[in-house]
Amino acid sequence: MSRQSLTKAHQKITELSWEPTFATPATRFGTDYKFDKAPKKDPLKQIMRSYFPMEEEKDNRVFGAMDGAIRGNMFRQVQQRWMEWQKLFLSIIPFPEISAARAMPMAIDAVPNPEIHNGLAVQMIDEVRHSTIQMNLKKLYMNHYIDPAGFDITEKAFANNYAGTIGRQFGEGFITGDAITAANIYLTVVAETAFTNTLFVAMPDEAAANGDYLLPTVFHSVQSDESRHISNGYSILLMALADEDNRVLLERDLRYAWWNNHCVVDAAVGTFIEYGTKDRRKERDSYAEMWRRWIYDDYYRSYLVPLEKYGLKIPHDLVEEAWNRIYNKGYVHEVAQFFATGWPVNYWRIDPMTDVDFEWFEHKYPGWYSKYGKWWENYNRLRYPGKNKPIAFEDVDYQYPHRCWTCMVPALIREDMVTEKVDGQWRTYCSETCAWTDIKAFRPEYEGRATPNMGRLTGHREWETLHHNRDLADIITDLGYVRDDGKTLIPQPHLDLDDPKKLWTLEDMRGIPFGSPNILLNEMSDADREAHVAEYKLGGPAGRPAAKAGV
Amino acid sequence: MVDITVSKERSFPKQEFTDSEAGALVFPSSTSRSYNYFKPAKLRATMYEDVTFDVQPDPDRHLSQGWIYGFANGPGGYPKDWTKLVSSDWHQFRDPNEEWEKTIFRNNAAVVRQISLSLENAKRAKAYSHWNSSWTRFIERNLGAWMHAENGLGLHVFTAVQRSAPTNMINNAVAVNAAHKLRFAQDLALFNLDLSESDIGFDGSVHKDVWKNDPAWQGVRENVERLTAAGDWAEALFATNIVFECLVGVLFRSDLLMQISARNGDYITPTIVGTGENDYSRDLGYTRALFAMLTRDENHGAANKAVLNSWLATWVPQSITAARELQPIWSQPNEKVITFADSLESAKNTFRTVLGELGLNIPKELDS
Ligand SMILES: [Fe+2]
Ligand SMILES: [Fe+2]
Ligand SMILES: [Zn+2]
Repeated sequence: MSRQSLTKAHQKITELSWEPTFATPATRFGTDYKFDKAPKKDPLKQIMRSYFPMEEEKDNRVFGAMDGAIRGNMFRQVQQRWMEWQKLFLSIIPFPEISAARAMPMAIDAVPNPEIHNGLAVQMIDEVRHSTIQMNLKKLYMNHYIDPAGFDITEKAFANNYAGTIGRQFGEGFITGDAITAANIYLTVVAETAFTNTLFVAMPDEAAANGDYLLPTVFHSVQSDESRHISNGYSILLMALADEDNRVLLERDLRYAWWNNHCVVDAAVGTFIEYGTKDRRKERDSYAEMWRRWIYDDYYRSYLVPLEKYGLKIPHDLVEEAWNRIYNKGYVHEVAQFFATGWPVNYWRIDPMTDVDFEWFEHKYPGWYSKYGKWWENYNRLRYPGKNKPIAFEDVDYQYPHRCWTCMVPALIREDMVTEKVDGQWRTYCSETCAWTDIKAFRPEYEGRATPNMGRLTGHREWETLHHNRDLADIITDLGYVRDDGKTLIPQPHLDLDDPKKLWTLEDMRGIPFGSPNILLNEMSDADREAHVAEYKLGGPAGRPAAKAGV
Repeated sequence: MVDITVSKERSFPKQEFTDSEAGALVFPSSTSRSYNYFKPAKLRATMYEDVTFDVQPDPDRHLSQGWIYGFANGPGGYPKDWTKLVSSDWHQFRDPNEEWEKTIFRNNAAVVRQISLSLENAKRAKAYSHWNSSWTRFIERNLGAWMHAENGLGLHVFTAVQRSAPTNMINNAVAVNAAHKLRFAQDLALFNLDLSESDIGFDGSVHKDVWKNDPAWQGVRENVERLTAAGDWAEALFATNIVFECLVGVLFRSDLLMQISARNGDYITPTIVGTGENDYSRDLGYTRALFAMLTRDENHGAANKAVLNSWLATWVPQSITAARELQPIWSQPNEKVITFADSLESAKNTFRTVLGELGLNIPKELDS
């Protein structure tokens, strides 16, 4: 279609909406934001007549690449270290995708201007596409990769796992609470505009470097829809900025959404990219370098900062602190170490780090070895069953962390942990901002104004609570992370499948008790708790207990 | 924000032979190559089930920590009390159309291509020049008004409802229904645009006034607006796809347009409207499957039927009124071919069949 006829066609389609007089669409989802009804420009010119063939064409390329990968024996070249993390990543991501589809009517409810409804409805269809295409990619991995265990249980494991829960925020955050907070600021202005770059661009690069060229095909295809979504979100953001009353809410939501996305996405994708790769060429960018370019420069400086002139309060401090956590406080390294500590309750295998890895980490993050090297050497030493328990239950100078009540990533940067009694319970937070999110932001009142539509933090937020004082073998059995012989575990702290004696079984887990740090914290006397928290905050890096802290 | 089409200059690591292919080794679970956390409807899971089932988590299925974000006044996720209907197991529902990624784009792209081709051919063959003025008026007014209904339902019933049902299987089927409606509404609008550019004196803007003010269309508009206002997602779906579509949608599309267009020298309208009819028969398929599951539910079937019957009591009179108010348009074309009474009887018969299958009462309004 020519540009002229596209413009005309688009103009024509706007004639389809009308001002109802008998009844107005049900408002299922509320917002505390205010919008005026003045006509706005449609953010993107998308008509179904060109949309469907365009997407079908993209699909054909994806399906063609899938056939090609199988015929070309791609799996003879993929790195297992990388593929194992895909069991986690691809269990998480189809849910945020489908949640984005579900979020669209919330945005439509909240924004009265029909000019932008069309684009939001198209985004809904895109997101159904993304979710099912990713499920299909995972199915292909399950069928063709050497170890299908973990892919085979994917959506169940996602729903009952501690890491799945962390990831689930990136999804549940799109579809609950204030419709604009959820479907615009959290989903589009932050998650799609900032963090899809690391998800759908940085990750595929790394996949290719590890012999997997299918993930890039699928995820670049997904990402190519994203600019339209970003444009949807931008229009709504500008409309929200037009009303002065919205500004304090925008400031709140940008702080929450930015920080939560950082906590969740950087934890996961940072780990996949830094610890899931075999590519240790010095010229390959570290996650911190990618983040600096794509999040800090392209998003923060080029997208967010220019919005300041429209009255948007930018969380400069939190952008700097996120960078500080990633580059100086070892955020990604702490998270990867925690995932590896918890390997018996994962549904993927984690490859030990070797000297080649150590060297690369030291090059990219000077001082890495003195903090994390010893622990990874222990991980390697303890990787087979028989003589020892899993590393979490051996003395390797690692104190099992408290979990952040808000973002659910543990409080790994120990000195930053915040402890507060909230709603009658002692809660721990990874950071001041996560404490603020629970205590101030997700409440029916914010800075003296009523926010009746704001969401709530709900659920059994500390995963360990569910399994307190149970036997590790029973926990793993209940979770279902057991292979088809009924005893060998899906997770293993190494990649060696050649010798059954190297594989951990339920018997190796029997008799190991599992505890909830939060329950224990709440059982302490005030004095004990204060001492415990003070000591905890002196601990680290790399999870070292206080007495042995510092290097 | 990153332009992914710009290829960065970077060296690539050497590909390594890893032998990580299925079957390279035998070990526990080395042949566990199907999703094992749900029970397929048949012996083997279909592609559709594999890519759809359990993607939307459920505290009744695996979701051990529950929903971690909620609304101010209720839980998050997909609360079952967002409809009055109750199911012993919502997860039993499967979309008989098995829609996913591939089918959505393949089917809709095929429709788009078919329509584009028809419209191009029509232009080349000057097919509209044979239209007499009463047919031109008929299409500009009535098909023009109807496209609003399709768009309104697409946006404010189906797009809205796909947020609300308890399973991914239901919500995806509804999302595809939304895509159909929005595409079809646009197809009609672009047909309208072609006609207004075709030198036959076609007024491409009168549809707005007809939809808002022509008495024949106010019943339809009221019905559509009230459907968008129904808060219970299942009620909105039922009242739209079962009641309104049978009594008004099929009446207008199949029992009027498809019957009379050719006799009035118009071969294009039926090809376009036919695609909408075809979409609807797919969408009716999943809707019937859903409500049949609910009316046949061992524990809640009777209660569900009572609720559905009460919805019929609300919505059937509304749609019958909308249908009857449309009656004057039957006499507008030169070639009348079919009477309103015959068209309505045909639509009612389809509706009776659907209700019969669901085991619901036949409302008395149908016999009037
Ligand atoms: Fe997406
Ligand atoms: Fe998106
Ligand atoms: Zn946190």
